[in-house]
Amino acid sequence: MDEVLAFLVSKVNYWAFIALMMVGLYAMIAKKNCVKKIIGMNIMQTAIILFFISSGAKENATLPIIIHGNGHDHAAAAVEASQYINPLPHVLMLTAIVVAVATLGVALALVIKIYQQYQTLEEDEIMEKIQGM
Amino acid sequence: MHVSPYYIEHTLEDTSVPNIVTSILADYRGYDTMFETVVIFTAGIACIFLLRIFRRIEPETRMYRHIPTGITLRIEKGGKFPSGSKEFEHIDSVWVPHSLIIKTTGRLIVPFIQIFALYVIAHGHHSPGGGFQGGVILGASMILFAVTFNLRSAIQRMSERVTVILCSLGIFIYAGTGTLCMLFNSNYLDYSALSGILGVDPVTARSHGILIVEVGVGIAVMAVMVSLYYNLASAGRHDEGL
Repeated sequence: MDEVLAFLVSKVNYWAFIALMMVGLYAMIAKKNCVKKIIGMNIMQTAIILFFISSGAKENATLPIIIHGNGHDHAAAAVEASQYINPLPHVLMLTAIVVAVATLGVALALVIKIYQQYQTLEEDEIMEKIQGM
Repeated sequence: MHVSPYYIEHTLEDTSVPNIVTSILADYRGYDTMFETVVIFTAGIACIFLLRIFRRIEPETRMYRHIPTGITLRIEKGGKFPSGSKEFEHIDSVWVPHSLIIKTTGRLIVPFIQIFALYVIAHGHHSPGGGFQGGVILGASMILFAVTFNLRSAIQRMSERVTVILCSLGIFIYAGTGTLCMLFNSNYLDYSALSGILGVDPVTARSHGILIVEVGVGIAVMAVMVSLYYNLASAGRHDEGL
């Protein structure tokens, strides 16, 4: 029991991100309003970004920019991998943030078109209008 | 087994770029970033296709504001108004009040934001930054201009045509750099092949190639952000906007 508890506590950041992601998923599934669904999608993306960035962390390591590495000084090339945190999640999430912005733009464009068509963003009212046509 | 220790330990000798994130982004995983740029390009184009209204309905009345005094003139349909005047600006029927403080502050802040954006793009090799971040800051400066003035003035400075051309130009710079490497008998996006035309050793050529590619990404991201804002803020009508 203690071991399980220690395991759960040692991964507390992951639990926080799982909770955040569930908040986003709940908003995407349960909310009736389209804008709230988009907000939920963004919260979910943020949770994933935080998860990846957090998984790249190392103890006693600094950010992934080589200290005193001015490019032409090859004496400084002896770099220990344990000195720097994992740069790969940062790269992946850098592009994921841009994709998040792109999906947000397209989602908002769709929402504007839906509003122009049905004068509402509530899902049940839109369904009523579709069936009433 | 893991690739990231290789990236950390060999970045300097391979590419001479101290910022490992930049070297992975634009060199080791250049394909990923190139198609990421294509993704945001596609998003910008999709937004234009979804929202843009090219059919312009002539409104009953047009409103013009005299900028020095703030007096609004209403022109009935069919009425003539000199279009080239700098004293008057065309506004919508639901117009926002003229505010000198907001416009002056915006006008003062925008150039500094743009200089900072250029710094972020150009200094991505040595500090956190790069094409995506700098491009977003550049786009934000244009959006700030559009918010403090109005959408029409922003479109006068940077028209829709220019934004679309710049999106494509950014991706063309990226893909063209890769193709140029192929012309020098090397792999796609292997910038060390550019050492001949850049006049530097292959390692420095990779660093310069990353910079060229980052500039392309920055241009594309900036243009897409501005284009998204133009279309979302006015629902595709490109009038006064927010």
